[in-house]
Amino acid sequence: MNDDRISQAERDEAAYFAERAAAAGVPRPLSAGDLPPAPGEPPTLFDVQEMELNFGPQHPSTHGVLRIILKVDGEKILEAIPDVGFLHRGTEKLFETETYPMGIPHTDRMDYVAAATNNHAFCLTIEKLLDVDVPRRAQLIRVILDELQRLSSHLVWLGTSGIDLGAVTPFWYAFREREQILDFFEEYCGARLTLNCMRIGGLPFDLTAGWVERLMEFIDDLPARIDDYEQLLTDNRIWKKRTVGIGVLTAAECVEYGLTGPLIRASGIEWDLRRAQPYECYDELDFAVPTRQNGDTYDRYIVRVQEMRQSVRILRQCLDRLEPGEIRGKVPRVIKPPAEEIYASIESPKGELGFYCVSNGSNRPYRMHCRPPSFINLQALPKMAKGHLISDLVALIGTIDIVLGEVDR
Amino acid sequence: MAEETTPPATTGAKEVAKAKLVATDAASHPWVVSLAAGVPGAVVVSKRFAGQVTVTVAREKIVEVARHLKSQEDFGYCVDVTAVDWKERAPRFDVVYHFYSFSKNDRIRVKCGAADGEDVPSIALVFLAANWCEREVFDMFGIRFSGHPDLRRILTWDGFHGYPLRKDFPLEGIDTGAAIYPEEWPEGGGPSASDPNRKVVS
Repeated sequence: MNDDRISQAERDEAAYFAERAAAAGVPRPLSAGDLPPAPGEPPTLFDVQEMELNFGPQHPSTHGVLRIILKVDGEKILEAIPDVGFLHRGTEKLFETETYPMGIPHTDRMDYVAAATNNHAFCLTIEKLLDVDVPRRAQLIRVILDELQRLSSHLVWLGTSGIDLGAVTPFWYAFREREQILDFFEEYCGARLTLNCMRIGGLPFDLTAGWVERLMEFIDDLPARIDDYEQLLTDNRIWKKRTVGIGVLTAAECVEYGLTGPLIRASGIEWDLRRAQPYECYDELDFAVPTRQNGDTYDRYIVRVQEMRQSVRILRQCLDRLEPGEIRGKVPRVIKPPAEEIYASIESPKGELGFYCVSNGSNRPYRMHCRPPSFINLQALPKMAKGHLISDLVALIGTIDIVLGEVDR
Repeated sequence: MAEETTPPATTGAKEVAKAKLVATDAASHPWVVSLAAGVPGAVVVSKRFAGQVTVTVAREKIVEVARHLKSQEDFGYCVDVTAVDWKERAPRFDVVYHFYSFSKNDRIRVKCGAADGEDVPSIALVFLAANWCEREVFDMFGIRFSGHPDLRRILTWDGFHGYPLRKDFPLEGIDTGAAIYPEEWPEGGGPSASDPNRKVVS
């Protein structure tokens, strides 16, 4: 392992156990792939065994209803074949049957831990097709909602993927902060998860009195709390042993598989749609795009934690810039876009979330397609899982950060 | 953006908005020119709307087009593959590809027509990302991709009847193969096909 983060103490420990095992006459490692039986020697229990195993759909670590068909040799994964679609609700068909504004609540149910970004991508697509300008105040509030949603999505990820690997404590802290973020959403739009918090051309509501001040208080507090999570995990030996070098993806593989979001940034490509193709007012905000080079599960963890810090930075700038003003652009009462096609995408917490809309000039979309980041990112799982242990598969599902509502739509 | 005619400053905001909403021919766009030269006979028509370039290409040439875009024009990232059902039009379907180039920081949309029952060559071996997308298109529209390494249904199950995103697939009232308990739920859980009140949207 070409990693200097493994301390000398850990190396010494491994060497010590190897020595002890050799002295006791135990061959290391005890895995069939590494120790083929000598010619003429009868195969032992560890030699042959290729077995097919169903992982999920009712497995707590699959974050929903994901089934993975595993071909294993002992604990080692020879092949992992994801089977998706258990949560398929035909959202794209539903879009076709309803008017444009009626499509927004359906997007809540796709990535249900990040509803605001889904609303945003949907509205942005129609706005681009209609060529509507969003007022500045609405842009800023949209960015605030997006970044809050990114924080809450990353907190869910941090808590659940930690708990998958046995780190139970961060879960409670992460969900405590997430609960506070959901309170902000609740105060803004009345809902906590299925927000429906954006409209074509702007926003449904203005901020309530005192919301900005309370949010400011919250984000002043947040960096210290992110420090707390990091203190629990970043230098934790168990956490590092479970994540360093697990599921390595090179930059070229990421591009080949179409991976986006924290996955591609952890492999060394500094690509974020907020920076590459700025929408709303991201171009005037000052934030960094965190990247790492190793492309393993640990680096993806670091990237997401760094992103949370950047979100706090963005939030602070947006709150400073907020001024009273309009929150809805000039949108016709009945939305009938020209008979054209458009693709628009934003950086959701999971990666590039895009909508492809084909209009035929009527008040319903002729075809509305969602490009879900989770669905595309999940394709890399067989590649990442091959050769790892079953317990690492749990880490890998966590690190891709899938939401099955979005995978299956 | 450069070739779009910018209206004079005196025109009102309304006309500016109107002028931007018109699709223009993109035959002179460098990517389209390169594609026409690199893969002869591929480009059928091209247009540009809201800054997005759409190239319609011949169905048989789609793999060459994908290869050309990937190697010559640096569109290394296949964003998405989907399809549109035009029902009355011939050919019935459009298969729509989106590619992104990191160096250009821009996307291109490539489309090819396909009649019902016609195979479209698969680009899953050119772009690994297209694998599941093409499976989804097959699952939802029934468009077969020739040369695909693993063309199975992905979101619905094996044994599902019909292709849900086709325009003639109703919301309710057909046997989708979902009737595991035929006595209790005779036709896919929805109202019976003979029910005059059943909702059919296409």
